Amino acid sequence: MLCQHCKKHEATTHIKTMINGEYAEYMLCPECAHELGYDQMFPDFSADFGGLLSSFFSNALPAISGAAHCGTCGSTLNDIKRTGKVGCADCYDTFFNELMPTIRSIHGNTEHKGKRPDVIEYTVNESDTSADKTAPAEDKINSLRAELKKAIEDENFERAAQLRDEIKELEG
Amino acid sequence: MSEAVVSTRIRLARNLKDYPFPIRLPADKACEIVDKVGEALKDSDIRFHRIDLDSVSDAIRVAMIERHLVSPDFISAKEGRAVFLSDDNAISIMVNEEDHIRLQVIKDGFEPDEAFKIANEIDNILSKKLEFAFHKRLGYLTQCPTNLGTGMRASVMLHLPALEMSGAVYRIGANLSKLGLTMRGLYGESTKPAGAFFQLSNQVTLGISEKAAIENLRNITTQLIAQEMRARETALSKIELEDRIHRALGTLKSALLMDHNEAMTLLSLVRLGVSAKKLETLSTDSIDRLIVEIQPASIMTRFGEDLSPRDRDIKRAEIIRNKFE
Repeated sequence: MLCQHCKKHEATTHIKTMINGEYAEYMLCPECAHELGYDQMFPDFSADFGGLLSSFFSNALPAISGAAHCGTCGSTLNDIKRTGKVGCADCYDTFFNELMPTIRSIHGNTEHKGKRPDVIEYTVNESDTSADKTAPAEDKINSLRAELKKAIEDENFERAAQLRDEIKELEG
Repeated sequence: MSEAVVSTRIRLARNLKDYPFPIRLPADKACEIVDKVGEALKDSDIRFHRIDLDSVSDAIRVAMIERHLVSPDFISAKEGRAVFLSDDNAISIMVNEEDHIRLQVIKDGFEPDEAFKIANEIDNILSKKLEFAFHKRLGYLTQCPTNLGTGMRASVMLHLPALEMSGAVYRIGANLSKLGLTMRGLYGESTKPAGAFFQLSNQVTLGISEKAAIENLRNITTQLIAQEMRARETALSKIELEDRIHRALGTLKSALLMDHNEAMTLLSLVRLGVSAKKLETLSTDSIDRLIVEIQPASIMTRFGEDLSPRDRDIKRAEIIRNKFE
């Protein structure tokens, strides 16, 4: 079946979601799945843990100036620094820039991979993607082509030229 | 593998979107969350019973730690805290510990996939009724940034007597953080664990999927066990260690007083002897169960909370003698 998002490519990714209590199912192509954030949930392990710090809060947070509060729970950056504990979910947005260096030093990474609460079940149709698996270069070329198409649409011709060359090189 | 792996644990940290994290949570709101979690759990096929921390004695609270059902941190306060336990105690859900929800599944032996499967199913059931705090970039939001992302801690409890004797386990432990893992002693003081039991867990939760983190843990566990087995072979080729193992069994069978540290040291030696087929006595599984039974608070919940440390040592020796008879 065709992807329900772009309605152009073959759908290989089956997603069941629950948003605000509403149950829905989607069939998406790999590109749209990626674009909508439903990435391969279980990618190969390749994280780099270099530079991981264990005692992070003592020095990673910058000195505090001003007294910005979290509008939801009232925590200040100083509270978080003192206790090593964040006050509420909204603090992560309020103090995003201040917390980021710490988060990076703890995990060596700042992009979540894995389970998402709105996706109840996540299956990738293995048989449909098996052809791609045996030819990783083909896979790469397809994703570059998609990127190229988007670059042209965005009139980003410099990037498009670059992509065209990359594709040529891969195709030999 | 089961010779060196005692059990596997998967823990998921979750928070409700509409409540401040426990550090900023008023007591009445905390109770509200306990009720909501209880309500959501009714949709599960698994039956849970709720234990409010302020309704049980100190000894029971500590005994739950000894059984690895709750964390020491969890019983540091009582108000607005509760734990939901499955009948077989394999699943525990702490409410209002460091996060609103700490869901934990323990399996005997090395079963990370099975443990994760169960945890994931319960998480799905909870997320149907409860809206979790989730950030597109940072994943599941947690009170401490160390748990951001998947909120998952996968651990294996290992028995590494040979690596402990040679001191190698401490060198290895110090290097694990480079691989995103951490290891600590399970019983006794952190500097000198009683009985060479260690817990190996993933340290990084953001930017690595559940499956990849479990795979990483599996790889390192396999390597650690291979090293332990090689070290055992060398150590057991000398009669001195075999002698200590046999003496340990002799002492366990006949001592009248046994403090916690001595019991753990001797049981560790006997467990090593059994898994290396140098001794014929209790199975390693029975020894693992016995270890839980002889922890201080477990003895107190069974034989009376007014037991003095000396009386406990008498009881402990008695429990062990009976078991090895």
